[in-house]
Amino acid sequence: MKTSFPIVGMHCASCARLIEKKLTRTPGVTAAAVNYGSEEASVEHDDTVTPKTLSDAVADVGYKAIIEGNNSKTPNDIKEEAKKAELTDLQKKVTVSAALSIMVFFGSFPEWFPFVPKILSDPMVLLFLATPVQFWAGWRFYQATWSSLKNRSAGMDTLISIGTTAAYGYSLLFLFHVTNAMYFDTGAVIITLILLGRYFEARAKAHTGDAIKKLLNLSAKTARVLRNGKELDIPIDQVRVGDTLRVRPGEKIPVDGKITDGFSSIDESMVTGESLPVDKKRGDAVIGATINTTGTFLFLATSVGGDTMLSRIVKMVAEAQSSRAPIQRLADTVSGYFVPIVLMLAVATFVLWFDIGTFAQAFTNMIAVLIIACPCALGLATPTAIMVGTGRGAEHGILIKDAESLEIANKIKVIVFDKTGTLTNGKPTVTDIETVVPGLTRDPRGSRHVSRDDILSIAASLEKGSEHSLAAAILAKAAGQKLLHVTGFKAIPGVGISGTINKKHYTFGKPKKSYHNLENQGKTVMELTQGSKTLGIIAVADTLKDQAKDMVSTLSRMGIAVWMVTGDNPRTAAAIAGQAGITNVLAGVLPDQKADKIKSLRSPGSLRPPIISFVGDGINDAPALASADVGIAMGTGTDVAIESAGITLLNTNLMSVVSAIKLSRASLSVIKQNLFWAFGYNVILIPVAMGVLYPIMGIFLNPAIAAFAMAASSISVVGNSLRLKTARI
Amino acid sequence: MDKLLVTVFGLGAIGFIYWFFFGKNEEASTQTHVLVNGGYMPSTIKIPVGKSTTLMFTRTDANTCLEDFYIPDFKIKKYFPMNTPVTVTLLPPTRGTFGFHCGMNMFHGKIEVV
Repeated sequence: MKTSFPIVGMHCASCARLIEKKLTRTPGVTAAAVNYGSEEASVEHDDTVTPKTLSDAVADVGYKAIIEGNNSKTPNDIKEEAKKAELTDLQKKVTVSAALSIMVFFGSFPEWFPFVPKILSDPMVLLFLATPVQFWAGWRFYQATWSSLKNRSAGMDTLISIGTTAAYGYSLLFLFHVTNAMYFDTGAVIITLILLGRYFEARAKAHTGDAIKKLLNLSAKTARVLRNGKELDIPIDQVRVGDTLRVRPGEKIPVDGKITDGFSSIDESMVTGESLPVDKKRGDAVIGATINTTGTFLFLATSVGGDTMLSRIVKMVAEAQSSRAPIQRLADTVSGYFVPIVLMLAVATFVLWFDIGTFAQAFTNMIAVLIIACPCALGLATPTAIMVGTGRGAEHGILIKDAESLEIANKIKVIVFDKTGTLTNGKPTVTDIETVVPGLTRDPRGSRHVSRDDILSIAASLEKGSEHSLAAAILAKAAGQKLLHVTGFKAIPGVGISGTINKKHYTFGKPKKSYHNLENQGKTVMELTQGSKTLGIIAVADTLKDQAKDMVSTLSRMGIAVWMVTGDNPRTAAAIAGQAGITNVLAGVLPDQKADKIKSLRSPGSLRPPIISFVGDGINDAPALASADVGIAMGTGTDVAIESAGITLLNTNLMSVVSAIKLSRASLSVIKQNLFWAFGYNVILIPVAMGVLYPIMGIFLNPAIAAFAMAASSISVVGNSLRLKTARI
Repeated sequence: MDKLLVTVFGLGAIGFIYWFFFGKNEEASTQTHVLVNGGYMPSTIKIPVGKSTTLMFTRTDANTCLEDFYIPDFKIKKYFPMNTPVTVTLLPPTRGTFGFHCGMNMFHGKIEVV
């Protein structure tokens, strides 16, 4: 095995030699090379060496190895801890600075609060009360400003620290009789309100990532493994591919695998969103983190750790949450220039009001401009909505590949469904059994008339040896019936099969005449004959999924044109489409032509071609999924499907397609509201802070109110995104 | 006189702000260690196309804005704990310039794939 990992703390080439020596001497390591330039170690070792062994070895000589899994804390745990500490710190600072600011505020306006003791209005007392708020509670703003200015960049904190320092510094000069007013209240109230805003924002933001946390918590902690004839409970990370595991009723299935013994009904709703438990027997695949309901079974682990379906889902959701929605582009561009432009506007405001008004007007307006500008809301508008939206989807078995797919799905105008396996159950089933002329034919075993059961029994007995795709449907229908002994079985290509039962020769297959009634319904008819006499017929068809009709009518109501594409002949295709209520049918399309057919729907020459979605099973349909604007793969979690589809539905319920589109519409509307709010807020309130309303309405914006508005705007954006958690999809 | 002085100084300050923030001309760096402190140092990183490159980020700035890190084009989102190096491995399939930014999109940098 080979493991490569970065090392921190090396300051010369000899450090690299030292670590190399230590690693080489570690038991189980066959070779180690440490590169000082790239600060990376590359180690060849056997299975006994764990990431922890390697990181301990590196730590022994005084350096730090960055290896995934060498720490019992996951990045998420570290983040949670840091967030908790951050919230506690903010809470403490908000409480203290709120108490101090209230006193400063009361003391600053003795004319409004005559009941307040006179001593609070003493400039020295105000200085004493305001200083801890400015430099203890507000220290973080200074730290952030200093480090960003060193980089010649500026953030939100730069604006706050400049604004409040100006107020504080000006008031300080008053104590030395240099200036003629005090603004201690302004600085203290601004800092308190902004910290309060940060506190609520941090709490709200922590919930935007809930979906991933929920998914991670789904996984089982232990597994019951069969090793050397014994059953042992082991931690889940020790389960290896090829292990046989036992799952008892009510237990969580630890990893992905295949049932080798036993059967059960499994609740997969937490992963696939499929609401009904699924029956599974020997040979069926099981998904880790789903819950076994009644039976006990053994299964062979086929994927563990990062390869399980759950891990792939978590990875996909995390990736989608990190991607960029096209709608975000403008906000991205604006963010890059925002803070420096606000700084320039603040200076311009000061100059303008100094020239046309008073110093006090110039000064407070300048501070108001610095404080009201809120780039945070712009930065948070899209990503928080994408995070909550993709997370909400994952909870319902709707996996969204990236923010772009989530955005485009809202504009789908044409949706093309593959027929087999998507609109239909994908497995032919026996729909009709008919005796042709009841009463005229005799049963092979006696004098009874041939019944429907007899026809099925004879047909199934003949089909037992056949490999025809429709044989499975007939055998499934006859499950539980005793099959008859067949001699002289023969398959006649293009005609059917024949054999002898109880000395009577039967043929089963292509009918000699047409059964229009059944064929027009898209059914395949097979005839059972004895000699030249027709005994009866069996019709087989792929049946429509239960929800197909509802889904088609819902989509039509949503203004989306529904199409069906299939390789079937036009008659069969029309029959199935008719049952589902679909009028637009593309029949006789070979699998490799599907992609071209989808492109042809784009109405060439049109300036704004409609957004087209293709829904298929994701395995044979990869090119069609990729050629559509939004590919929706259904009932699968394979890598091929995830790769080629924009949206992957883990269950087979057709209503999930509607849910995915509704989720996209809900997310987009939240994003638009957020962007409208964030842009509108800054575009309207910055000029107000600059004093444009003064000539018209005689209004100036008080810097403390500016601080309140600023804090409220980012909280409202995050809060609006969190609404998606309860949106109806 | 005061007004003239304030106007002249004000215009000067605006000019200075413009130069200070927009006038920086940073050369792309091939360094793979990025210090996260009031921004990203270096903020323009040059990496080769088609080859896997591991970048290491260390946040030494307590500002919580910088704790989340995004490279949207590569669908990468990382959490940077304080003073703890975090690695980001990229395998860029095409040449081009790809931006990265902090959680609130206030601090920016770019990756030049050459």
